[in-house]
Amino acid sequence: MYVAVKGGEKAIAGAHALLAKARRGDRALPELSLEQIAEQLGLAVDRVMTEGSLYDRRAAALAIKQARGDLIEAIFLLRAYRTTRPRFGNSLPLDTAEMRTERRISATFKDLPGGQVLGPTFDYTHRLLDFGLAEAEPAQGADSPALPVEGSESQDGPEAMPRVVDLLDHDGLIEREAPADEESVGDLTREPLAFPAERDLRLQNLARGDEGFLLGLAYSTQRGYGRTHPFAGEIRFGTVSVELVPEELGFAIEIGEIAVTECQMVNQFKGSAKEPPQFTRGYGLTFGHCERKAMAMALVDRSLRCRELGEPVEAPCQDEEFVLSHSDNVQATGFVEHLKLPHYVDFQSELELVRKMRASHERNRADSSD
Amino acid sequence: MTAIKDIALKPGFDDLVMDSQRSFRALLGAMARPGNPVTLDCAPDAPEPMLPAAGAACLTLLDLDTPLWLGAQARESEALRRYLAFHCGCPLVEQPAEAAFALVVDPLTMPPLSAFGQGTAEYPDRSTTVIIQVRALHVEGQALLRGPGIANSQRFDATPLSLDFWDQVRANHETFPLGVDLLFATADRVAALPRSTSLEIV
Amino acid sequence: MNETAPIRRTSALPESGDLHSDGVGATASDATAADGAYNFAFLDEQTKRMIRRALLKAVAIPGYQVPFASREMPMPYGWGTGGVQVTAAIIGPEDILKVIDQGADDTTNAVSIRQFFVRTTGVETTTETGDATIIQTRHRVPEQPLQEDQILVYQVPIPEPLRFLEPRETETRTMHALRDYGLMHVKLYEDIAKHGHIATTYAYPVLVNGHYVMDPSPTPKFDNPKMHEMAALQLFGAGREKRIYAIPPHTKVKSLDFEDHPFEVQRWSSCCALCGATDSFLDEIVTDDRGGRMFVCSDTHYCETRRAAGHVGLAAAQGAEP
Repeated sequence: MYVAVKGGEKAIAGAHALLAKARRGDRALPELSLEQIAEQLGLAVDRVMTEGSLYDRRAAALAIKQARGDLIEAIFLLRAYRTTRPRFGNSLPLDTAEMRTERRISATFKDLPGGQVLGPTFDYTHRLLDFGLAEAEPAQGADSPALPVEGSESQDGPEAMPRVVDLLDHDGLIEREAPADEESVGDLTREPLAFPAERDLRLQNLARGDEGFLLGLAYSTQRGYGRTHPFAGEIRFGTVSVELVPEELGFAIEIGEIAVTECQMVNQFKGSAKEPPQFTRGYGLTFGHCERKAMAMALVDRSLRCRELGEPVEAPCQDEEFVLSHSDNVQATGFVEHLKLPHYVDFQSELELVRKMRASHERNRADSSD
Repeated sequence: MTAIKDIALKPGFDDLVMDSQRSFRALLGAMARPGNPVTLDCAPDAPEPMLPAAGAACLTLLDLDTPLWLGAQARESEALRRYLAFHCGCPLVEQPAEAAFALVVDPLTMPPLSAFGQGTAEYPDRSTTVIIQVRALHVEGQALLRGPGIANSQRFDATPLSLDFWDQVRANHETFPLGVDLLFATADRVAALPRSTSLEIV
Repeated sequence: MNETAPIRRTSALPESGDLHSDGVGATASDATAADGAYNFAFLDEQTKRMIRRALLKAVAIPGYQVPFASREMPMPYGWGTGGVQVTAAIIGPEDILKVIDQGADDTTNAVSIRQFFVRTTGVETTTETGDATIIQTRHRVPEQPLQEDQILVYQVPIPEPLRFLEPRETETRTMHALRDYGLMHVKLYEDIAKHGHIATTYAYPVLVNGHYVMDPSPTPKFDNPKMHEMAALQLFGAGREKRIYAIPPHTKVKSLDFEDHPFEVQRWSSCCALCGATDSFLDEIVTDDRGGRMFVCSDTHYCETRRAAGHVGLAAAQGAEP
């Protein structure tokens, strides 16, 4: 005898208990601490902060732990936490020219003021599994000497490190940066995105966008779908100060420092009736060290400027509504995974229709064979 | 500065979260049933010349994101402006067409409804919601309302209103989906007249 | 200067849990929420105001999709975040909430959403359609007619009825502005030309008060007639797509059709195996792997009420008491 399905509440509680058990894994092993995640899985933390739009290493580390290392799930957790946080005001625009850089490279000039600084990069590692890492190293006390790092002194050096695009700007060979107009900067987490979207909102969308999605789009532009001619003008990673002007003070105070990665792509532009031939910019900025994401973002940003630069919209990467509507992995994962939810009612409707159509098909066939 | 301090600042809702919710349900009920007055039982002690129910609507709906236009009498009241600045923080605008909300203390001297923001064909929601203070709401009034939210028809009137007010309301409906939405407020009641409501005078 | 009552800013945001002070986060707000770490109904007051303003505009322009700044909710997009935000913006401590998914109170996502509101508001919940002041639903309209003082909140995945004909928001917005619904009529007519009838069975488009074409959400077309002149207020929330729309009470809702091919709802050749109902939407239950089938009411409350009143379906008559 069939009885209507019951017990959803119990099933959910059971699933949560199993999830907690699976998250913890073998209890004979020590539990991961947030400090370990923040220190040793720093790039995961950086990605979660960037796409979660919240600069909070501890919260991001907690999200990664809770999400069992599923970064999109962690981004989702961080976003849901962020939405409950009160807002105190808007910071002043970051001045990345004043960045205390740990890494700075330019693919456009062999040498330049401030020099090329490799910093911590995978770039020239040979991708050979380092079995040495498989063995836990003996813990080092805080006093024990750190590994000597050659060349790291340059980050504290007094030499100024002007941004490459500012050097080009000096010669008038690259388009001018739009003047900073704080009033007009939108926030798509506070206002629904409308199309066409201006560059401030596009950049915000891309900064929050899924690294994999942007990477694929950026790659597609390089392969000729909406071809651009990019040069990595500069990639820099380091810390910048965040400043705020409190209403009651009327002048800027520093409220903290954040680590960011900035990428300025330099693209060719043949000129138009109004504009002389010059280089144009594509811009990428992330929290922490997310170099791949910053570069992909800069390529996609430049592609999406086609409307403003009078270029034909021919490829997915140039299609603003397509890119901006599908870049968010929290939205995408929610909608793709919602197919797991019951659709009995819709399916029943379709089933009934297909049976009806099938019956009439059979009848027609029977009629014609008579 | 001393002049400002001399004006006592009236309190907002007793219970910010719950009173906002109760007031909103009253406003939603009013908008969903045009011409059908709803009692607001948690209206704040608003500063002159604002009536408590209008004050409740302001506290419930206005904030930093809602440009507000004030009718002449409301604008002249320092206490009222300070009250709205403190509790809502809404920016004031000079032009009624730029306002998300408008507060009219004296309906007899208000600008025509067509002077307020009408929305656009693509975004008809970007229009002004006009809060009009009145002495009384009547459910046996001269206006016979029909449309969404009304089972058959609904009689309605408010006093005082200017002589051509109902002509303006009719014209406002004829531009649907453009047009303004009206919230009438007394000391303790609200009634609404959205742009979707048609009317005839009986 | 001499204030008797406490002065609070309306725009002040209640503090929610602070991760860094105590590691788990729990500072009580002045709201009486069941879970003190968050504001009543989870959303902060500024967000509620934004949603409330959108709701008033939605009611004033029936069937028009009002853009709203949908927030990130602690549940996935596509799982009811729009409906949840609408409910959170309207719900109060006196409300009695019912949550259904596919017509049933006990489907997992309905349970999860109900638990969310119990946790963040402490409101009373019910499975009784008639007792609820707010009913949040996914994919069904209850069989029992709703009353004046009730609000039905729909969870909407894709609010744009023209989306599958034209994917671009910029285009569909213009089409609504011009009331250019030709594409929709062509699509429906092509169905008739190909199949002899309109092959849309759920999310069947409706015309609201003679103006906007609206998506009723993926409810079966069986439920469309219930939307017409419903006594209750109907609110629709699409979180991922950031749209809110509404049908005020007693509003004309017409399912699109043609004079020679009038709209009609699904009919079943069988009745509910448990309660014998012939007038309800039926779910098909597969009973074995040899083609065994039975049909039962999708609206579990309707079915239970009928059984309690002594109605018996075929399976119930043959088997033990369910």
